[in-house]
Amino acid sequence: MLSKKARTRIVLISFLLVASILVVFVVLKSLEENVVYFFSPTELYNKEDISFNKKIRVGGLVKDGSVINNQTSINFIVTDLNNEIIVSYKGSLPNLFSEGKGVVAEGKLKDKKYFIADKILAKHDENYMPPEVTKILKKTKE
Amino acid sequence: MFKNFFPNKILSFSNKLLSFLIILMLLIVFVGLIYSLFLSPPDFTQGDSVRIMYVHVPASFIALGCFGFMGIASICTLIFKIKVLPLMAKSLAPVGSVFALVSIVTGSLWGKPTWGTWWVWDARLTSMLILFIFYIAYISVWKFVDNYEKANKVSSIIAIIGSLNLPVIKYSVDWWNTLHQTSSITLTSAPTIHYTMLIPLTIMLIGTILYTLIVFLMKYKTEIMKFKLDKRNKEN
Repeated sequence: MLSKKARTRIVLISFLLVASILVVFVVLKSLEENVVYFFSPTELYNKEDISFNKKIRVGGLVKDGSVINNQTSINFIVTDLNNEIIVSYKGSLPNLFSEGKGVVAEGKLKDKKYFIADKILAKHDENYMPPEVTKILKKTKE
Repeated sequence: MFKNFFPNKILSFSNKLLSFLIILMLLIVFVGLIYSLFLSPPDFTQGDSVRIMYVHVPASFIALGCFGFMGIASICTLIFKIKVLPLMAKSLAPVGSVFALVSIVTGSLWGKPTWGTWWVWDARLTSMLILFIFYIAYISVWKFVDNYEKANKVSSIIAIIGSLNLPVIKYSVDWWNTLHQTSSITLTSAPTIHYTMLIPLTIMLIGTILYTLIVFLMKYKTEIMKFKLDKRNKEN
């Protein structure tokens, strides 16, 4: 059915494809730390080569009831339901920032438990629904 | 059915079909826009800025889908040397690249009020930008390389290599921590988007697919005519 030429070309192209996929895989795996946009509190906690001078990002959920508005800064806790880290930030927060919702903080680690952020981004999840539906969901939870 | 894509048939049947498709597309997009902009509800988190989704998601879908087709067509071109396949891929590239740009721009406009930034270099956004660059590279090769066979070979390789980026784009939100959220519509689990929003999204997706098909057919017709003309000129 297939001509000899076509067969050789299939073999050649398959080989090149598999090789390219492997290259892409190896490159992405080795650059993983630069590809991830943020670390979770657990990942930061377990990280060995932590540097307190490098700008990094931590992401997770804003712990309910943890937001404290000081005179000089806003403090809150970022949690991944496994580990937590305290974040301190001076500046205005994005509109979607709220307790129980996702957040990504960019800045520097003061120590393994304390993060000083100079930029805050709100992260929303993949759920889309009208406000009425959330009210009904809240009622059924109670 | 596939015979219709062959050079002789396409020139005759596409005019009537094209008019019908354009009217159908305009109707569907009109209904979709009314639904998206007015009849659908705001989101419980994002409010009305969620309405950008009704343009952003179909555009992203088309941008990825067109390049996927181009990649498959390019592999088959290199293996089986079917003459119409590079013409088809060439006809998909312009509309696919425009939708890739629409995806990036609408995404940026959506990001500012929701995330708080116009752009981040996370895996999803960066890989989409790379897709757009591959589109530009593919189109440029056809535009600036005079020899048809050379342009065919180089552009096919660009399309194949660029196709490796497609699973990266799709799964970037699952493989790594990204700012962009994970998929709301998957093949394996129930959608996490409420039906009052899923319906307008589906309508807009169908309308966008029709639009893409229309632009593809128009360009494909042109490419076939050009191909035939060049062949005739070479024979003289």
